[in-house]
Amino acid sequence: MSIHVLKEGLQTTVQDFGRPGYAHLGISTSGAADTFSYQIGNKLVGNDSHDAALEITLSGGEYEFTSDACIVLTGSEFNASVDDEQVSIWTWINIKKGQSLKIRSSCDGARCYLCVRGGIDVPLLLNSRSTHLMTGLGGFKGIALRKGNVLDTYQSGNNNSRVELINVNKIQMHLDRKTIRVIKGMEGDWFNVDVWDLFLNKNFTVSQSFSRMGIRLEGNHIQSSQGNEILTQGVPLGAIQVPGNGNPIISFVEHQTTGGYPRIANVISADLCRVGQLKPGDTFQFELVNFEAAEQLYNEQMKFIHNLSAS
Amino acid sequence: MTISSDFNITPASDRTLLIQFGEENSPNVQKAVFRFSHYLIDHPLEGIANFHPGYASILVSVDIDNTSVKSIQKDLQQAWYDLGNIELPESKLIEILVLYGGECGPDLIHVAEHNGISESDVIELHSCGEYYVSFIGFTPGFPYISGLNPKLETPRLNTPRKRVPAASVAIGGSQTGIYPLESPGGWNLIGQTPIQIFDINHPENALINMRDSIKFIPIDEEEFERLKQS
Repeated sequence: MSIHVLKEGLQTTVQDFGRPGYAHLGISTSGAADTFSYQIGNKLVGNDSHDAALEITLSGGEYEFTSDACIVLTGSEFNASVDDEQVSIWTWINIKKGQSLKIRSSCDGARCYLCVRGGIDVPLLLNSRSTHLMTGLGGFKGIALRKGNVLDTYQSGNNNSRVELINVNKIQMHLDRKTIRVIKGMEGDWFNVDVWDLFLNKNFTVSQSFSRMGIRLEGNHIQSSQGNEILTQGVPLGAIQVPGNGNPIISFVEHQTTGGYPRIANVISADLCRVGQLKPGDTFQFELVNFEAAEQLYNEQMKFIHNLSAS
Repeated sequence: MTISSDFNITPASDRTLLIQFGEENSPNVQKAVFRFSHYLIDHPLEGIANFHPGYASILVSVDIDNTSVKSIQKDLQQAWYDLGNIELPESKLIEILVLYGGECGPDLIHVAEHNGISESDVIELHSCGEYYVSFIGFTPGFPYISGLNPKLETPRLNTPRKRVPAASVAIGGSQTGIYPLESPGGWNLIGQTPIQIFDINHPENALINMRDSIKFIPIDEEEFERLKQS
């Protein structure tokens, strides 16, 4: 089966779980910005966990299907319809041959995932199908989809059953982007008590400088008391770096593998999906937790996905 | 064990561990980073998603879907004991031709002014240095090149540029480097090389690798254009 792009969205890319193993060559993992929604999407249509999906950002575009297909949209709710009939997220959509799916703008966060039974068929590059947009690597020709592009999908090779989602409220809890939880960063002590107070108790706003590489925040001037540079070191996913201008940057899935700005904090793994849903203009607060709590929250999130069972 | 360096390992986030081999990037510490990096390439540890060598450190990201940070911490500690005297591969000498200043190096003036020297002094000092690649990081194939003359040290830009052209030669703090691909970046741009140093589709065949020696050779505009077109 093929999917024809009739109208392009703002930034639609092919994504999977990412491309680990090349950070020592300067290549960050990339992959879905919100792996929580991506994983659930694959589960719902009965895909393997690493099958590739479309990641849709802010506005979706229009896609025609050349065969009957079972698809699902997960993540943020977008204004979407099939032949002018409104469709919901987190639930199967049965598309008939020749029908097209229109995805307009988001009613919620930044991204949704379009998962198709079988997964998107693009070549594996360095063991992944994900697009690294910043460098034009992988996915569909390394780019965001444009009008006229045609994507093939795989015939599903597994016998997985589809999964039906019962409790959407529980999912929304994982994606609540009013609070982003962090643990103290490697240079957390470079910021004095007053700055930490500002960092944790005042709202930040997501700026227009928002990409899969990093998200610049505005609203509070965060200043280190021990300088604005560190000896260049590996940057963890979700590190909150503070350059000299005082506007923190959350390093994200296409982040630089090493960097020289002090890191006040690091987003916990369980909340990286929330970061993937942040969009320009959103306001939120950071909340500090400890390492053990962060580990536990991630394990609970994995268990939640694992326990979504076949209907 | 003949390596005289520390080995401190602490979580840097809930999915990463930072190994620090020392406070500063002394030759022994640098050697430890090289050795441990090569060990990790030759003996991939299950449960490690990635490792990021840096100055005096290696950041290890853990595949937390399948193992725990604590368990990898133990494995890395064990690997450090097992390291012994592993042989390092040969390092190469790579010559990089550079057109300094002008549109190719818009920050050459700033580097000169910051250090109170002329632009031609900057070119002279930058191209007579002996350099080696400490590690590849930041963006795909970006070599962090050590050996910059302290007279050329210039802090990074307060607000990083959103777009730096591919092949730009730059100075960031006490480091110099080459942007292999167009990317955002906060270093001072002093010139450009006409050679493609990196192909994203074949990252393991990069021209410049960790530990290579580097020499910068100034060229004029005419040669730059000729080499760029060839």
